[in-house]
Amino acid sequence: MAILLAIPILGFMVILQSAVFSQIQLLYGTTDLILIIVVAWAVQERVTTAWHWGILAGLLASLATAVPAFAIIPTYVLITGIAIYMRRIFWQRPLLAMITATVLGTLASQIITVVVLVIDGTSIPVIEAFYLITIPSVLLNLLLAVPIYALMGDLANWLYPETIEM
Amino acid sequence: MNLPRTFQTAALAILIISILLLALGGYLTPISRAAFSPFISVQTWLSSRYLAIRDFMTAPRDVARLTQLNEQLNAEVSRLQAQIIELQQENSELEVLSALLDFARTHAENEYITAAVIGRDISPFLHYVIINRGSDDSLRRGMPVVSSQGLVGRVAAVTADGARVQLITDPDTAINVRIQPSGAEGLLQGSITGNITIEAIPQDAKIQNGDLVLTSGLGGNYPPDMLIGQISGIRQSPVELFQTASVEPVVDFSQLEIVLVIVNFRPVNIAPLIPVPGSP
Repeated sequence: MAILLAIPILGFMVILQSAVFSQIQLLYGTTDLILIIVVAWAVQERVTTAWHWGILAGLLASLATAVPAFAIIPTYVLITGIAIYMRRIFWQRPLLAMITATVLGTLASQIITVVVLVIDGTSIPVIEAFYLITIPSVLLNLLLAVPIYALMGDLANWLYPETIEM
Repeated sequence: MNLPRTFQTAALAILIISILLLALGGYLTPISRAAFSPFISVQTWLSSRYLAIRDFMTAPRDVARLTQLNEQLNAEVSRLQAQIIELQQENSELEVLSALLDFARTHAENEYITAAVIGRDISPFLHYVIINRGSDDSLRRGMPVVSSQGLVGRVAAVTADGARVQLITDPDTAINVRIQPSGAEGLLQGSITGNITIEAIPQDAKIQNGDLVLTSGLGGNYPPDMLIGQISGIRQSPVELFQTASVEPVVDFSQLEIVLVIVNFRPVNIAPLIPVPGSP
């Protein structure tokens, strides 16, 4: 059920990101809804389908960007891994795990994108990109991290209800 | 002694007629005023009290009716405001389409397909837009895309009913351009910030701010003489081989809504013509 739900949720997020959120910029940085959704899902305590969501997110995101698919899919899988690792470290503070994973995931995503584009022959000034795109993107992602964490928490509670042993 | 009945009747009639004549003549006005004034005062007082009580009793019903009427009017105002916004949007779309039609008529040598911009690349490092036309509409990779103002970019990837267009502001863009009126040639490049510059302008080229930047057609990727923008800044140093110029594009890429794809232009693949070092 959780995997089936991932397709419409992530698909809608890709459409929303492409049609709306890519035009909302802070300096030249934008928010990454798909990344936040994947991280918020992966840091939930009882979720067992985080990797599936990560792979699906990479597949769907590759349809809406010119960044090569061989870079996008591993990026979102890596972000999922970072989020799961943060969940294990901050198991008593899931919100802190969410925030940390969002920051690290955004940095990882943008570093991988820049490396792939540079290898592909695109000229990217790294320092300028860091100040004008990466830092604003991190800030924008942090703005949405907490509300999306709450929403995904509700979804996780619905799909994975807590069992009480009598 | 009893007066005859006839005399009594006559006297009464004369009295009534006299009163009537006096009344018609206005001679009885002071008397009638003095007689009716108390009655008028009492009736006025009574009527005002009655009206006050009636208003007090019927006010709630009136307030409820007025509140309902106010809500209906507010709903109607909201509906009309939404309709106004919708009509304004249609009007602006019509203006864009009209400008595109004028552009197409001015450049009648090309065949165009209109497409709406439905999204942008989700990566902040790249400058691509997604349009709602694809291979089903005869679009092919490499076709130039223009707006009524000038060159927008070219089709980079195509699906059945959608395509991705690389804008001229994309950091991976490289377009051979010519600067008018000097005729100097250079290479236009985009950047991650969306600024476009012309590189490799010969040092002896006489260029100045305001000069027009057009495609030169070299390389076969774009048709020649497509307007890109104007020179907005020049960097020239005698120790460097080339000049560099900043370009202000004529197209507002943040407001792109509808574009034209030139479908009768096929980019030329000159790779086989480029000699490979070491080959005969």
